[in-house]
Amino acid sequence: MGKLSSFSPADGAAAESLPHTFSSDPPPASAMSPVEPALPEVPEHAPYLLIGGGTASFAAARSIRARDPGARVLIVTDEADLPYMRPPLSKELWFSDDPSVTETLRFKQWNGKERSIYFQPPSFYVSPRELQTVENGGVAVLMDRKVTHMDVRGSKVKLSDGTEISYDKCLIATGGVPRNLQVIERAGEEVKKRTTLFRKIEDFRALEKVSRELKSITIIGGGFLGSELACALGRRSADLGLEVVQMFPEKGNMGKVLPEYLSNWTTEKVKKEGVTVLTDAVVKNVSYKDGKVQIRMKDGRVVKTDHVVAAVGLEPNVELARSAGLEVDSDFGGYRVNAELQARANIWVAGDAACFYDIKLGRRRVEHHDHAVVSGRLAGENMTGADKPYWHQSMFWSDLGPDVGYEAIGIVDSNLPTVGVFTKATAKDTPRAVTELSGTGIRSESETEAVAGAVAGAVAGAAGAPAPPPQQKEDYGKGVIFYLRDKVVVGIVLWNVFNRMPIARKIIKDGEEHADLNEVAKLFNIHDD
Amino acid sequence: RFYCKDRIIFVTKEDHEAPSNAELVEDDPNDPYEDHGLILPSGEINWNCPCLGGMASGPCGQQFKEAFSCFHYSTEEVKGSECIEHFRGMQECMQKYPELYPQEDENESGPSGGDDTAPAEPSNTDAASVPDSSVDEVTVAGTENAATS
Repeated sequence: MGKLSSFSPADGAAAESLPHTFSSDPPPASAMSPVEPALPEVPEHAPYLLIGGGTASFAAARSIRARDPGARVLIVTDEADLPYMRPPLSKELWFSDDPSVTETLRFKQWNGKERSIYFQPPSFYVSPRELQTVENGGVAVLMDRKVTHMDVRGSKVKLSDGTEISYDKCLIATGGVPRNLQVIERAGEEVKKRTTLFRKIEDFRALEKVSRELKSITIIGGGFLGSELACALGRRSADLGLEVVQMFPEKGNMGKVLPEYLSNWTTEKVKKEGVTVLTDAVVKNVSYKDGKVQIRMKDGRVVKTDHVVAAVGLEPNVELARSAGLEVDSDFGGYRVNAELQARANIWVAGDAACFYDIKLGRRRVEHHDHAVVSGRLAGENMTGADKPYWHQSMFWSDLGPDVGYEAIGIVDSNLPTVGVFTKATAKDTPRAVTELSGTGIRSESETEAVAGAVAGAVAGAAGAPAPPPQQKEDYGKGVIFYLRDKVVVGIVLWNVFNRMPIARKIIKDGEEHADLNEVAKLFNIHDD
Repeated sequence: RFYCKDRIIFVTKEDHEAPSNAELVEDDPNDPYEDHGLILPSGEINWNCPCLGGMASGPCGQQFKEAFSCFHYSTEEVKGSECIEHFRGMQECMQKYPELYPQEDENESGPSGGDDTAPAEPSNTDAASVPDSSVDEVTVAGTENAATS
């Protein structure tokens, strides 16, 4: 009769013909039009489980997929966003002319090339529901879910809603949460709701809105984030009629990173970006009074402002340490891992939350974008059997407006003795000029992903005695600064000198004692463009 | 002002003219810890090379690997000429994800760090010539000092 080719349960004849024991079960597949199996939204098992959906996690996912064909990778993040890069949130996004930038999160660089802060668009990913079955595997991102408990013995985690996911290999890349000042924590709701702890997309959107609607913003903190935000807001301050104040306990911007003379010079640059900079400022208390947030400093100075941004550091997220039985480092914070980024069998940690053993430079924890990429990649390699230690030294950078920028590598701590070799900057040396010339894409891309220039070779030869350098006025336009520990270079800052990172990396890797650092500086050809 | 622990040297172009006498340690090309460019010391392809962008890890990663491997190991006179089916499969896959593998010419030489941009597509349909631009760019990357990856 041709009825068997397709009939539905509503077909009375079909219902009669089914044995009664099957009446409550789904009809046999051959007798029905195809029924989709109901897969759960959250897969029960993930061969590769990555906790955290930031830069390190994404880098690991990519690395795993490159090395393990058909790998099934599940990223679990408590954010509502797919993995994205952070540096533009305090830099490029603020320089965009596009009024819809807070929606699109795209930005055009100096050379006209545009990109999104998201590492990949949604079409790159597979849905968590199909992760276990999709041909060739893929990367799935489970958003708005927090891993609250880790059962290492059972190789599984539990989410806040009770769902369990088992794993074979697990990466913890939970990053951190911005620190706050105790005085603000204690200051009450009126102050706290006028305070931004800046880290995520939503913080950028909120602060951007504030910058258009309010008249005064004060940034507390003089490090990378605080200074970058100050410069970004400062540039807009004239157009917006916005007062931008930045305050911090150090003597100058980047005071913990740059030697004093350079920190002072940098502070003057920040001021030129339209920022009122208050140095040697220790906040004593914060209150809300007469429609303004009042910040009182220990020396009696008072700042009255509409909104506060606290950029005073990051607290690494180690919430899973207890349930997982993982060690937390008491010196640097974060999960303690070995040189291969492993915490325990089948558990690795990468990014801001990882306190790792650096064979060259000793145990450390690094909170920079490129480190997240490098360590995430390495963790992914080791999760797929590589067993390689942290070796390729990550770098970092900062731009203070479009005219001053630097790249750095290694341990860059202003407490260390330094040797700075400087020349005079030309218009060719600014970050804007660099990207125009090289066209290698935005500065926020990981340096490891750009095609770098060739390493300058060392040429052993007769050393001519250099003429005594002319004493210039304090103009530190362009140069190289070496940071020393026991006479060995452990850190390098390239000051308005770009595309030289490979040689800097090489010098750190060698770990040699150099008698004359001016000779080492020659390797950078700082006078060339 | 006296910066005791921070030395400052100003140098002119002439000061830096003479070649440096600083010595660098010779690199071991077979160092197992080092990142490598596109081709590993064993001759195999390093799918994790940043120079590939995300080509080997995205939804068409499998097809990309098959096509590129075929090309890499091809000993035909016209290299990769026996790989046309693989490249066709790769292109078919990539066409399903125009967001990830844009077909326009705007892609520059280096794969960008984020988006899975394909190497610049040729206007003709000869699949064997597809990897040429990527080979050029990755060859450049591959011969770089290991530090570039």
